[in-house]
Amino acid sequence: MFSFILRRLWLLVPSILGITLLTFGLIRMIPGDPVEVMVGERTLDPALHAAALHRLGLDKPLYLQYLDYAGSLLHGNLGQSLVTRVNVWDEFTTLFPATLELAISAMLFAVVVGLLAGVVAAIKRGSLFDHGVMGLSLTGFSMPIFWLGLLLIMLFSVRLGWTPVSGRIDLAFDIPVRTGLMTVDAWLAEHNDPANFAGAFKDALAHLILPSIALGTIPMAVIARMTRSSMLEVLREDYVRTARAKGLSPARVIFIHTLRNALIPVLTVVGLQVGTLMGGAVLTETIFSWPGIGKWLIDAIQRRDYPVVQNGILMVALLVILVNFIVDILYGIANPRIRHAK
Amino acid sequence: MTTQVQMSAEDKALAYPSPLKEFWQGFSYNKGAVMGLVFLAVVVVAALFAPWVAPYNPIDQYRDFMLTPPSWADGGTAKFLLGTDEIGRDMLSRLIYGARLSLLIGLSAVLSSLIPGIILGLLAAFYPKVLGPLIMRVMDVMMALPSLLLAIAIVAILGPSMLNTIIAISVVSLPGYVRLVRASAMTELNRDYVTAARVAGAGTLRLMFVTVLPNCMAPLIVHATMSFSSAILDAAALGFLGMGVQPPSAEWGAMLSSARDYIERAWWVVSWPGLTILLSVLAINLIGDGLRDALDPKLKRAA
Repeated sequence: MFSFILRRLWLLVPSILGITLLTFGLIRMIPGDPVEVMVGERTLDPALHAAALHRLGLDKPLYLQYLDYAGSLLHGNLGQSLVTRVNVWDEFTTLFPATLELAISAMLFAVVVGLLAGVVAAIKRGSLFDHGVMGLSLTGFSMPIFWLGLLLIMLFSVRLGWTPVSGRIDLAFDIPVRTGLMTVDAWLAEHNDPANFAGAFKDALAHLILPSIALGTIPMAVIARMTRSSMLEVLREDYVRTARAKGLSPARVIFIHTLRNALIPVLTVVGLQVGTLMGGAVLTETIFSWPGIGKWLIDAIQRRDYPVVQNGILMVALLVILVNFIVDILYGIANPRIRHAK
Repeated sequence: MTTQVQMSAEDKALAYPSPLKEFWQGFSYNKGAVMGLVFLAVVVVAALFAPWVAPYNPIDQYRDFMLTPPSWADGGTAKFLLGTDEIGRDMLSRLIYGARLSLLIGLSAVLSSLIPGIILGLLAAFYPKVLGPLIMRVMDVMMALPSLLLAIAIVAILGPSMLNTIIAISVVSLPGYVRLVRASAMTELNRDYVTAARVAGAGTLRLMFVTVLPNCMAPLIVHATMSFSSAILDAAALGFLGMGVQPPSAEWGAMLSSARDYIERAWWVVSWPGLTILLSVLAINLIGDGLRDALDPKLKRAA
């Protein structure tokens, strides 16, 4: 097991190097140089320009510039936002919990609904329900989620008034930050101080529902489809027939014998959806004004705040690599054949 | 002579169907795929003949008819079938002209990632020692970034425009093609017919493009179809974020983005562009499913 983890860890090195090269190169692709970008429209004395380039180390050869960049990353220095002058790392860590909360709740929605729908569709193969699930999953897969988000707002917030339109919690609540996850913080606040924060938890939850559905729809569609086909495959196995033949209850056969084995490919799909989720978070957070990483990056791009764009993207990529690594390890634990494959 | 003619008449039912006919049989068995094809055909025709099909110019503003509801709703007028947007432009005309943009972006993005994808994938399969792993590592890095985010980053650097949208989307979809071509080419390389061609003295280029590539086409066509639909989706997402095709061009995503402010009083401005995106993407995905059934029976059970 240990050598398996080491082997996987070793595979990460070129990916991480590549990502830093990419974010390094991305900034170099901007027409003009960073100094010109910082000055904007104003004209600049060539001598001052050269001095600024020298001060920033931008007159060195490219490979030395890259080494400087890699060195500062290794020291945990991600630079400063041009607009807010806050450390990129600090901004990232403040905003990340919001995205994490949204992603977890979207994934929860996707896994619970997708698994259930997939299992029932597989058991009732060819029924109306099966066709319905497959049709809906194909629709969900083709859904522009930014439109789905708008539709959800239009129906549930504007027409029915059931849920709030945007944000994480009603502005009337000034929830002290403990974990950064609004639902948890709101619950804690309400628990400790019921007089001031009555209804805070419910309010935070209400804010979370629509964004989670919008973000979770595509993963849900993929999971439902995958669960169904994987269940159908396992249901054909001999050991399932044996389990049935020896008189086990249908529920036991489905959940213990079939679903457990059908879950392995589903797990991989769940892991793969994390990247999609981060991409979708950009859109979902923009629509629902959710103050997370996705909205932060979009705002930074619109303000041409290049340090944030560069290293924000780097952080997201590292995050995706990390999650995929964890999924790989989990997969190795679940399936010894993978662990021992050379 | 006569006997031969008779025989062929008798055996017609037994004869192997022409590849095209066989393909159509497999494809039309999938009813969803046929429906998708019909819908896409309508969209393509409307896009091609937009100046004749569309009732109005997509950027003409009819200031007396701002935010007019669809013709059948209260306050609607027969002049504007699907209603008008916030500055009085005809929704239907904008949707039709938008189809031009979306199809053009999708098609160009597919072509400009398909061709390099094939070349890189074949190179990776034919040179497995040094070049292959190098190419695949680079592709892995590109795949580590969520595709929409990478596209956004590219557009952020290059600036928002239609050309840059196409560039961003084709860069993002490149790794998928490379992986697919490499994987199928590597399976084919072990087959006897490739060895035979090699022994017969076929050069590397001939082996790549004449011997191996045609046998990798089935999954490639299916993948290209699917990436056509995701290109349309990504282009709309970029447009929605204000990083794609710029106004006043009638792009579906951009239309949605300006519709956001009217969500409380004009459902049609929000509904039509999104519905059009959904139906077009759905139609292409259905066609992709049908193509998979028809071209590649091995893949039929895959999700």
